Amino acid sequence: MAMPMESPISFTNIGKAKWWQRGIFASQTGYVLIALAVLLVIMHFASPYFFTEGNMQNVAKNFSFIAIATLGVTFVIITGGIDLSVGSMMCFSAMITSMVMTELSTPGSYGASLFVHMAADGKTVLANVPGMILLVSVAAGLGVALIAGLVNGFCIAVLGLSPFVTTLGMLSIVRGLGYVVSNGRGSFPGGPDADYFYALTSGDVLGLPVPFIYLVVLALAMAVVLHHTSFGRHVFALGGNEKAAELTGIPVVRVKIEVYVICALAAGLQGIIISGWLGSAPANMATSYELNVIAAAVIGGANLAGGIGGPLGAIVGCVLLEVIRNGLVLAQVSSYWQQTLVGVIIILAVLVDRVRSRMI
Amino acid sequence: MESSEATRQPVLQLTGIGKEFGAIRALHGVDMQVLPGEVVGLMGDNGAGKSTLVKIIAGNFRPTHGEIRFAGSAVQFSRPVDARAVGIEVVYQDLALADNLTAAANVFLGRELKRRFGPLALLDHKAMAARALELFGELRSETRPDDLVKQMSGGQRQAVAIARTRLSNARLVMMDEPTAAISVRQVEQVLGLIHRLKEQGVAVMLISHRMPDVFAVCDRVIVMRRGEKRADKPIHETSPEEVTALITGAKEAA
Repeated sequence: MAMPMESPISFTNIGKAKWWQRGIFASQTGYVLIALAVLLVIMHFASPYFFTEGNMQNVAKNFSFIAIATLGVTFVIITGGIDLSVGSMMCFSAMITSMVMTELSTPGSYGASLFVHMAADGKTVLANVPGMILLVSVAAGLGVALIAGLVNGFCIAVLGLSPFVTTLGMLSIVRGLGYVVSNGRGSFPGGPDADYFYALTSGDVLGLPVPFIYLVVLALAMAVVLHHTSFGRHVFALGGNEKAAELTGIPVVRVKIEVYVICALAAGLQGIIISGWLGSAPANMATSYELNVIAAAVIGGANLAGGIGGPLGAIVGCVLLEVIRNGLVLAQVSSYWQQTLVGVIIILAVLVDRVRSRMI
Repeated sequence: MESSEATRQPVLQLTGIGKEFGAIRALHGVDMQVLPGEVVGLMGDNGAGKSTLVKIIAGNFRPTHGEIRFAGSAVQFSRPVDARAVGIEVVYQDLALADNLTAAANVFLGRELKRRFGPLALLDHKAMAARALELFGELRSETRPDDLVKQMSGGQRQAVAIARTRLSNARLVMMDEPTAAISVRQVEQVLGLIHRLKEQGVAVMLISHRMPDVFAVCDRVIVMRRGEKRADKPIHETSPEEVTALITGAKEAA
């Protein structure tokens, strides 16, 4: 019997969702974005300094300092996992980067002869290939993040340990290793490539802080990966229904390991950028940043139960946190209030989403 | 439907299938065959061996004894992917759908269509939506490819899960309790979907507890009890009363 192939199906019973009930308009990210816009307007009237170029640059720079790590942790949160080790990872990567840089730039130390030589005056150290030291030291910093991310992913995906416990352990392991390698002392990026390093981490291009430019580029890349590649689709499927993902033949173990590696690399990069701005990598750097990062992701609409989240939300969350911090300073409110307010906003954001999804 | 010799060759043929888990004998000496375009009801109480049998056919377990022939040739599956590769699809009881994705994304989950842009392989959203719409049309289900599964009715979810099996042109679809937790109207829709599959020459195995559904769509019913096949009859030669007696053991075999 031939299949009666009717023309396109008619939708007699099933209406199409209205535009404001779909996509971004129906997401927590959308509501928080509106809240942010309202807040910006209020700030504009509350303080004449808020919308000055200098202050905007400050805000852009400051939120970029946690936003890259937030992008990374958003990947993990979408799969329904969590990564508590991002704060420690920032510190450790930054530390390794600046230690390697200093080591390679000190004539006489291990391997340094490959990279530097003494100038004729016997005092100035010159690089053999300008930029090479920077490249190697950043690669070393990201390399340790990669290893830690692989260990996280292996424990969670292959051994089946809980993400919370595994990454809580990693938080402590990596922080401890940071103290071990540095003996608790801070390290400073130094040597002939240090200027490049500072230019690439805390400089400006056309008035835009470089961390902000990195953030925009990475966020765009993340949007493409999440929505236009099968890897991104699998990340969402994993968070939506892990068993279904497995039954449909998605390589669940590989995807899980990959998200933890991405998260660790993002945190490592973030740490390296922060150390450029601070001019050093102290052993207690970025302590408890994991909480800010996760808070920003959650405020921006990433669901800790998995399956929902994206780069826009991550950035909106970070901006909101920074605008509140900045606003409280401009309004001359004690900055101690900031943490309290952040906590209230986390709960409010999730509450609004809860109420909205009940109404529909 | 054509009834030439080629199409009447059983799509699935089991001979002497047995399965032991340690000392427990879950299945013993099961022979059965399923013809193309045939809907076979598989019934039995909990622990009768239905799910073990389904899992063996789907490639989750290997049988301890016996032989599986698919479309005439002997097959051995070590993973579910192997069974899918030859044309056996399973619609799981919980449907195995990701709620947070669209209907089209679920249909193509794990086998996304892609377009190459230089070194990048990006998802071909348009092609996937168009193909999914076509499949929903074949199943006569009013389902929009771009709607989230979260917002769908039970019947629409079934359509999405079944559309997934159509993607690979499966020759045998096994449905595990598809009507267990949905409304009366949606049950009608699901039974309609089974008819669509049958019309297209796909063999369907319906595993169900619901007697009316089995009698509404099946051509033949197989009753399992204590790991053995107790009955295998054309539906018009039996009655719900007889099947109930066979399931409970009031009647030993038929």
